[in-house]
Amino acid sequence: MSGSAISDLILSVDGVTIDYSGFKALDGFSMTLNRGETRVVIGPNGAGKSTLCDTIIGRVRPSTGRVIFKGEEIHRLPEQAIVARGICRKFQAPGVLPTLSVRDNLALAARRDRRWWKSLGSGIPADERAAVDEALESVGLTHRATVEAGTLAHGEKQWLEIAMVMATGAELLLLDEPTAGMGPAETSRTAELILGLGDTRTVLVIDHDMSFVEQLAAPVTVMHQGKFLKQGSVAEVRADPEVAAVYLGHTA
Amino acid sequence: MPDLSRLSPLKPVLPWALLALGVAAPFALSSYDLNLLARFMAMGILALGLVLIWGHGGILSLGQGVFFGLGGYAIALHMKLADLPAGELPDFMVWSGRESLPFWWTPFASPAFTLAAIILLPTLAGALFAWAVFHRRVGGTYFALITQALSLAFATLIISRQDVTGGFNGLTDFYSIFGVGLASPGTGSMLYWITLTILCVAFVALRWLLASRFGILLRAARDGENRVRFLGYNPTPFKVAAFAIAAMLAGIGGALFTLHAGVVSPALIGVVPSIEMVVWVAIGGRYSLAGAIVGALLVNLARDAVSSAFPELWLYLMGALFIFVVTLLPRGLAGIAKGKAA
Repeated sequence: MSGSAISDLILSVDGVTIDYSGFKALDGFSMTLNRGETRVVIGPNGAGKSTLCDTIIGRVRPSTGRVIFKGEEIHRLPEQAIVARGICRKFQAPGVLPTLSVRDNLALAARRDRRWWKSLGSGIPADERAAVDEALESVGLTHRATVEAGTLAHGEKQWLEIAMVMATGAELLLLDEPTAGMGPAETSRTAELILGLGDTRTVLVIDHDMSFVEQLAAPVTVMHQGKFLKQGSVAEVRADPEVAAVYLGHTA
Repeated sequence: MPDLSRLSPLKPVLPWALLALGVAAPFALSSYDLNLLARFMAMGILALGLVLIWGHGGILSLGQGVFFGLGGYAIALHMKLADLPAGELPDFMVWSGRESLPFWWTPFASPAFTLAAIILLPTLAGALFAWAVFHRRVGGTYFALITQALSLAFATLIISRQDVTGGFNGLTDFYSIFGVGLASPGTGSMLYWITLTILCVAFVALRWLLASRFGILLRAARDGENRVRFLGYNPTPFKVAAFAIAAMLAGIGGALFTLHAGVVSPALIGVVPSIEMVVWVAIGGRYSLAGAIVGALLVNLARDAVSSAFPELWLYLMGALFIFVVTLLPRGLAGIAKGKAA
């Protein structure tokens, strides 16, 4: 995965500032992602990690800077247009649709043609059905397919969300704290899941659980106060005195 | 609470039994009672639309009276013109000193135009209104308040233009529809069966729609509109389409109601009647199509019985029923029938 050519660039966040009336959640932040890469973004609370996701997916709009996905500026597009170009996000709090069955949650995500008049039917095309079955299988929720998503346990909801993100067929997956509220066993399981995703897709993971980050064994970008601080392997970042001062020092 | 689960073996038979009763009603009821039942069924058609937008779409409309009124006035305009000797004006226009028919009255002389207007006018008005509000991402309570303002404005407009709308008294004294005398023997039963048929068709069509992917997405947008956006859907057209369908059903219901009641007036379509429409559906069960029809029938039956004996009491009783249902039976009567109140 290392040493990718420039042409493999899939996402470029270029000097982005997000200004919440004086408070800069992102302050001239830049980073790039190559196709097929798995990247972890860490940083203390308030470093701007979730704001980074919000910016890429179009939930907040940068006052300066650009977001470029596959060579196209996307930071002025509506959310659904950004998703249609191949980016999907898993939110920090599980955002499954509680009154729909697990299968219907995934079927919505797997839908390729999202225009309303194409929804006037109940048949699901074979390729979408296959994507749903595959996503169910990979997160181990096949036996729970018909229950209402609102009745799932917390960990199961997180996995369902990861499965939904997978089922969209997006090329770039943004996973915001996929292990929030999980125990060690569930966390390991989630790490395996994400490692599996990395074979075919570009994945950006946000987390602050260092044991989870170590299991992912992916390059790490460290943020601090809305700015880029460091980038490197988990070991390099751990050994860096500047990182330790702002971040690891608080938790270690 | 009665235990209805004991009745479960009857469940598959029940809809057909009710349908048979409905079809046979003209042979058993007096023409007065049949007319009453037909009016309530017309209201049931409107109630089905509220299940779609309120129950499954989470869109509370306090303005269904507007669309009910558009359908009602469309057919009333036609009947007024059809009964008129050539070259004459409707009586209320003469009283108001008008000398010619307003230009927008004239096309309603055509039965084909009128039928198209009954369906298209409320649908397009609903679509336009819903799009204007939803594409700005206004929803929830704000939306309900805007619809209430709409129904107030609509009723006020009709009252203020007495010379062309009939004003507060509305339009009444109809004698024929599409060449058939309303007082002729058999017309009442025929119109009743037409209403029953439309009610059944609307019921089956909405059942299909709610089970389709459209229905799934509508419920998804109700529970998490932003989540749906981040799955790549634009929920606005789905909500606009649902609202337009509900407006269409309200318009058809309004036209049929006007036919049966022989009158359409601001008092039937303004703010209070629009709220009453929501109350029928709340009591019947806002997630259930069958519940909404039952709610519309029962509440109107009760209204008829109570308000003829104690006219002052009805509003209080309805308010109390509404509070009771909303706080203790969010799924309405349909929830009791399914054995889960909450």
